[in-house]
Amino acid sequence: MNLLAFFRRRDSAPVARERLQVLLAHERAVLGGSDLISVLQEEILAVIARHVAVDRDKVQIRLDRGDLVSTLEVDVEVPSTLPNAPRTAHARA
Amino acid sequence: MAQVVVVTSGKGGVGKTTSTAALGAALAQGGENVVVVDFDVGLRNLDLVMGAERRVVFDLINVIHGEAKLTQALIRDKRLENLALLPASQTRDKEALTPEGVERVIGELRTKFDWIICDSPAGIERGATMAMRYADIAIVVTNAEVSSVRDSDRIIGLLDAKTEKAERGQKMPKHLLLTRYDPARAARGEMLKTEDVLEILSIPLLGIIPESQDVLKASNLGSPVTLSSPNSAVARAYVEASRRLKGEQIKLTLPAEARRGLIGKLFGRRAIA
Repeated sequence: MNLLAFFRRRDSAPVARERLQVLLAHERAVLGGSDLISVLQEEILAVIARHVAVDRDKVQIRLDRGDLVSTLEVDVEVPSTLPNAPRTAHARA
Repeated sequence: MAQVVVVTSGKGGVGKTTSTAALGAALAQGGENVVVVDFDVGLRNLDLVMGAERRVVFDLINVIHGEAKLTQALIRDKRLENLALLPASQTRDKEALTPEGVERVIGELRTKFDWIICDSPAGIERGATMAMRYADIAIVVTNAEVSSVRDSDRIIGLLDAKTEKAERGQKMPKHLLLTRYDPARAARGEMLKTEDVLEILSIPLLGIIPESQDVLKASNLGSPVTLSSPNSAVARAYVEASRRLKGEQIKLTLPAEARRGLIGKLFGRRAIA
């Protein structure tokens, strides 16, 4: 074993700790929020689908989490077969 | 009043079954009336670790489905008369666990025992969610290793969401049991330290169980480690953890660290590297 490498050896536990802290901060946010988002998404889409045919692939959802207020944006592309229908419905929750 | 405890972790192989057997036996040795319940339907092992594998006639699923009475399925420990085992089924799968059935069995166990310790299977599927569903207290078994800590974090989230207690809006008390811990490696910066794991998971510590050869010996013999090697460091750690579970305030004794001189350190490291 190289003596220099021996003295330069970096402990691996602090790396593990750092990786976990970053990963779990992200996973907690995603898992904690996913239920609310999916519920809101489903309910908003159900309301819209009552009136127009909705293509699930053309729905965009964005979440912006703030300290006091969070916004959920749901963009739904409405098919143009309907006369005088707006091309995009924009819901804000 | 009876306490229902779930021993859970998410990850497999961290020591749930060993800890269930050891804590159950330690509580029974302290005079409590204890039953350990195996929820690992299809892959039961608590019977083997408890040394009762040849005495299983009926199991949890039989009781849930009304094919056997609870008293017929309970196996009394041969060493401790106040310790019993409710084995899992080996032939069915976890879908046979119904919430209503589990609730009824747990309710019946509450009338017979002081402590009902539920050994959860690994994973986050039905077996694990049924094991935690009616618990009053959770013990999260974790190794000082990244995948185990991550899975424990996930399980903590489920304990706060998918249990009856959580659904009633109550807080599920959770305790961390750090198992297979190697203080020498932690001191050398090769293993996450206790305080790192505690800080990341932020639940109180029930105990630190050192990595030990006595655990394999105990499972070879079919005896909880607190019975097979009562004077070992690992058995003492489990006994202390069981007393903390009962609410006793006991100072945590860290497993003895290998103190070596400079020469010993150098040669010790070289031998490992």
